[in-house]
Amino acid sequence: MASKILMPKLSPTMEEGQISRWLKKEGDEVQANETIAEVDTDKATMEMTSLESGVLLKILVPAGANAKLGQVIAIIGKKDEDISQILAEIESSSTSQSADTSKPEIAASAPETKTESFKTEIATQPPKLEVPLVQQTEKARSDDEEKGDGRLFVSPIAARMAAEHGIDLRNVRGSGPGGRIIKRDIEQMLLKAERVEEKELQKPQPLITQMLEAPSASAYREESITPMRKTIATRLTQSIGPIPTFYLTVDIEMDNAINLRKQINEKLNDEDKVSLNDIIVKAAAMALMKHPFVNSSYRDDKIRFYEDADIGVAVAIEDGLITPVIRKANKKGITEISREIKQLAARAREKKLQPEEYTGATFSISNLGMFGIKQFTALINPPEAAILAVGAATETPVVRNGNIEIHSIMSVTMSCDHRVIDGATGAKFLQTFKQMLENPILMLL
Amino acid sequence: MTIRDALNQALREEMLRDENVFIMGEEVAQYEGAYKVTRGLWREFGDKRVIDTPISELGFAGIGVGAAMAGLRPVIEFMTWNFSILAADQIINHAAKMLYMSGGQFKIPIVFRGPNGSAYQVSSQHSQALEAMYSNFPGLKVVMPSTPADAKGLLKSAIRDDNPVIFLEQERMYGMKGEVPDDTDFTIPLGVADVKRQGNDCTIVARSLTVPLALQAAEKIEKEYGVSCEVVDPRTIKPLDIETIVKSVKKTNRLVIVEESHQFCGVAAEVTAQVIEKAFDYLDAPIKRISTAEAPMPYARNLEAAALPDVPKIIEAVKQVCYL
Repeated sequence: MASKILMPKLSPTMEEGQISRWLKKEGDEVQANETIAEVDTDKATMEMTSLESGVLLKILVPAGANAKLGQVIAIIGKKDEDISQILAEIESSSTSQSADTSKPEIAASAPETKTESFKTEIATQPPKLEVPLVQQTEKARSDDEEKGDGRLFVSPIAARMAAEHGIDLRNVRGSGPGGRIIKRDIEQMLLKAERVEEKELQKPQPLITQMLEAPSASAYREESITPMRKTIATRLTQSIGPIPTFYLTVDIEMDNAINLRKQINEKLNDEDKVSLNDIIVKAAAMALMKHPFVNSSYRDDKIRFYEDADIGVAVAIEDGLITPVIRKANKKGITEISREIKQLAARAREKKLQPEEYTGATFSISNLGMFGIKQFTALINPPEAAILAVGAATETPVVRNGNIEIHSIMSVTMSCDHRVIDGATGAKFLQTFKQMLENPILMLL
Repeated sequence: MTIRDALNQALREEMLRDENVFIMGEEVAQYEGAYKVTRGLWREFGDKRVIDTPISELGFAGIGVGAAMAGLRPVIEFMTWNFSILAADQIINHAAKMLYMSGGQFKIPIVFRGPNGSAYQVSSQHSQALEAMYSNFPGLKVVMPSTPADAKGLLKSAIRDDNPVIFLEQERMYGMKGEVPDDTDFTIPLGVADVKRQGNDCTIVARSLTVPLALQAAEKIEKEYGVSCEVVDPRTIKPLDIETIVKSVKKTNRLVIVEESHQFCGVAAEVTAQVIEKAFDYLDAPIKRISTAEAPMPYARNLEAAALPDVPKIIEAVKQVCYL
């Protein structure tokens, strides 16, 4: 009997997915557990496997198109099997669905398809879930009473348990007769969810904003948000929410660092020239080695200290930002750091970074100096313990021994996770960081 | 001690305890009962307390109701409950309604007792289980013991009860043995179910003959499928201890009801309805009923066996509600 292949839940927060490409075409043989398509989720591009062996009879959602969770995206069955009845059933249920989606706020279609091949994740989550949350196929129902209306069959206790745990029953495959969802299906789902949850550091907490609209309020237009924007929102909401953050600001005289940069660049080709930011990254990495609490991560019952400084460098790209990671920056030279940042930033702008290239930093730096920003605060990227917000180095009159001198002053503000960093801990780190930039030779010690 | 002897002990103890208690029925005295439940009682208590009647169910049932109105506590034995149908007018129209229609002036402390359900190849007219019929009328209590101890404790409570009680024994079970307390004050209150076996995965509600069947099935299922069944014996059909059943179903989420009577408008149907009313949100599968086939009981041994509930049918039902 032919079966429907449904859009699976490939990440814990996924609500719909975009078929990035089909690896099988209609008429192809498919083995159980074989990858049949790649799906872009809100997190990354995931492989979708078939649970059944058979022939891919029909592709209903072509590459590039979106499908909601549980939506039928293809039909699998025996060669030359008649699937007209299933198709008619899908047709009738989708027309009833399309009535729902005609609400104006959803209909305003945004440049959603931009998400194509946009593999991004500013997260510590493993890029791939080994256990799909949902079984991916649903036996086609042939019983007369169950035909057509797409109604779910759920035992009362299963419905109750699903409600208690906030499980969307549309994502559950029923193992009872006629696809009835029964207690054991929910129990298995909860078991899997528990496993996934263990991998997740923190549960995403929805940000609830509700605004009353006055009748005279301004006209507006709405655009659907991209998966990346959604991820940024979730991650940053998480940051300001559960993390008790405080801020430390210090002014640093950058004259020596600027000179150092000049000296280095004199010997280098144009494409190899280092920026002030590269030196800042190096200084931060060296300072982190002396202040392990700043290079740590708060876990529920322990603090994880990292041996190397893997520094995330925030890079602005079209409609978003991403933080490629310079691994072991403490062990790399300034020119090497510089080269890596250039490469990663370029690939970030082309949206070609792999998850392992932008996840798992131990500390982050965000520099808005090039925009003339003098000072700002940045949001911690959990589970990191701190992020450094770097402003522009500007020539500033400084009073020293009764004389006014002109120095290049740069303000940096560090956001600290107070669960691991105390005020003095953070201040001492900044002191070391400041000394290193003001006397770059200290970085060699 | 057998159920037969436990019933005998209960009768004797209650006759000793209260001189108003007397026994009446066909061949209960000199022959000591068709199934020897009244053995020794005529010799001990004499003609006035143990009375042989003509073959006239309506007549002696009516005498019993009258005696109860006059203040005695009759125990009326039907040779089988199939014959009670002749006396149904006295039971249903008189015993059950007298307290209400006399404005509370006449209580009817009477027990009608005898074997109910199938025996061994006694065919259509002698194999009926009538609990559904009698449970349908307000004013009657309906009791169905499944062990010797329950038989004794429940019969003593029935005799002491001021309402008419339908006490349904089972011919196949008279020889069943079990521990019985000697205590002459041992009684089991009417309307209290007994969990005969603890379990977590499926509740089996059984009564009378189907209790030992359910227990055997539960052992097999546990061994073969690792499914643990809880066997609940309501012991009293009316009043029904639905709370104990509901509590069990809330734990196991699954229910199989096994009965020797017919299914349509039966006791299992009533239990099903009440469980759905009180524990709908806890069910994981449709409730399954196993009843005697919707047909007059066949005489042929193989057909009789096919019509009755048995261990394989219970196992199959449990597997179904557990989706095995």
